[in-house]
Amino acid sequence: MADQQHSPIKHTQLYDLHVELGARMVPFAGYQMPVQYPGGIIAEHNHTRAKAGLFDVSHMGQVRLVGDDAAVALESLVPVDIVGLDAGRQRYALFTNDAGGILDDLMVTNAGDHLFVVVNAACKDADIAHMRRHLGGRCDVEPLDDRALLALQGPAAAAVMARLAPATADLVFMSAARIDIDGIDCFVSRSGYTGEDGFEISLPGHAALALAHTLLAHDEVSPIGLGARDTLRLEAGLCLYGHDIDATTTPVEGRLAWALSKARRAGGARPGGYPGADVIMGQIAGGATRKRVGLRPEGRAPVREGARLLDENGNQTGVVTSGGFAATVGGPVAMGYVAAGDAEVGRRLQAEVRGKLLPVTVAKLPFVEQRYYRG
Amino acid sequence: MSEMKFTEAHDWVRPEGDDVATVGITDYAQEQLGDVVFVELPGVGTEVGQGGDAAVVESVKAASEVHAPVSGTVTEANDALADNPVRVNEDPTGDGWFFKLKMSDPSELDDLMDEDAYKTYIAGLE
Repeated sequence: MADQQHSPIKHTQLYDLHVELGARMVPFAGYQMPVQYPGGIIAEHNHTRAKAGLFDVSHMGQVRLVGDDAAVALESLVPVDIVGLDAGRQRYALFTNDAGGILDDLMVTNAGDHLFVVVNAACKDADIAHMRRHLGGRCDVEPLDDRALLALQGPAAAAVMARLAPATADLVFMSAARIDIDGIDCFVSRSGYTGEDGFEISLPGHAALALAHTLLAHDEVSPIGLGARDTLRLEAGLCLYGHDIDATTTPVEGRLAWALSKARRAGGARPGGYPGADVIMGQIAGGATRKRVGLRPEGRAPVREGARLLDENGNQTGVVTSGGFAATVGGPVAMGYVAAGDAEVGRRLQAEVRGKLLPVTVAKLPFVEQRYYRG
Repeated sequence: MSEMKFTEAHDWVRPEGDDVATVGITDYAQEQLGDVVFVELPGVGTEVGQGGDAAVVESVKAASEVHAPVSGTVTEANDALADNPVRVNEDPTGDGWFFKLKMSDPSELDDLMDEDAYKTYIAGLE
């Protein structure tokens, strides 16, 4: 199977392990990735919320930005305070375009002598080109093609990690450190994409298999595929780039204004100075005409991406951007965009599914309590 | 004892006598689908044509159409699946049945595969 450029499909360092564990492999962003293991998506989802799930996310892009001006330079691309990001701290960021839309969402960590950036697999090449085009000259943009990325997520993750590396117990949500795990030089952050406490571990690719085996040897740990990764993040109200946010959605429309740092807003120390700042700052001040909302279908039928959303009078008010079955909630959940006037929690709307109109209610996000460890 | 027949789309149909037959999806189908979270069944009285839309089975990831293996009128739907869709995974040829219909042309069963032919067919898919 080949991607659009007709290059051969890629494998992460854990490909053979996934196959050995009985994973069903599917192509995703140019990589063969495990969508599920034999137990199935619901079992994997539940296991992650009960114990600890191990995810191979090595397909994502890991990049170092090196140079004294790296933080200032990166601020020219994101509406986030990077200059004020302390060493050992991580922040959620967005690459924006001139229309105020989102080119990708990413994590930025101040690793002391460089900025460590993680971007979505599907946008990896475009993001690196974007950074090179706009930052090259002010700092070095170094893709870390030889590194792997593992995520250990769930209420038991901290106990497992503490057994292997006591220093991990000192990390709180959105902090990171270079930590030796079993003799492997890892860069560990306490964050993730599930709504649970957990860690993301960046490590040399050649050591990924060993660390995966080490983690899987702990009773609490099970391997988790992309299928459950998606249901977990949806239940946690987290956006999937290309679906809930994209080049046509602004951070304000996407309910991500919380990520727009005070320092970069009007009246802040370094207001604007990123693509689309005028649009975004205008929306911060005046509101957006549409908003991302959570949705709870009334029945048991899932309401999926692409379903039209209508108000009680049958007029289209928006569209579903993510939807499926949420195992912890025990029923279907969805996210979508609706006209600002319909975005109130409790508002009753209708979703068009296979020609029928199903009642849905605007719901609070996240659908399950986020359990980040803040110390 | 009436024989189960199978379609290439992994549906089964079992004649029960009096031209009534039960329809469901096979073990192969439920395994491919993964966890079933919702089943949309036809209403009693619905007329279905062989190969036409009859039901929808939703897994975690996606919705799949189930087509009628033979033509007829729906006489009963397995309402128990509303509260317990996972029965489709657990017992696809028993408790996980989808609906029963009164066949309008039982000779359509002859178009379908018997169990041995179906086993050969799915072996060839691997």
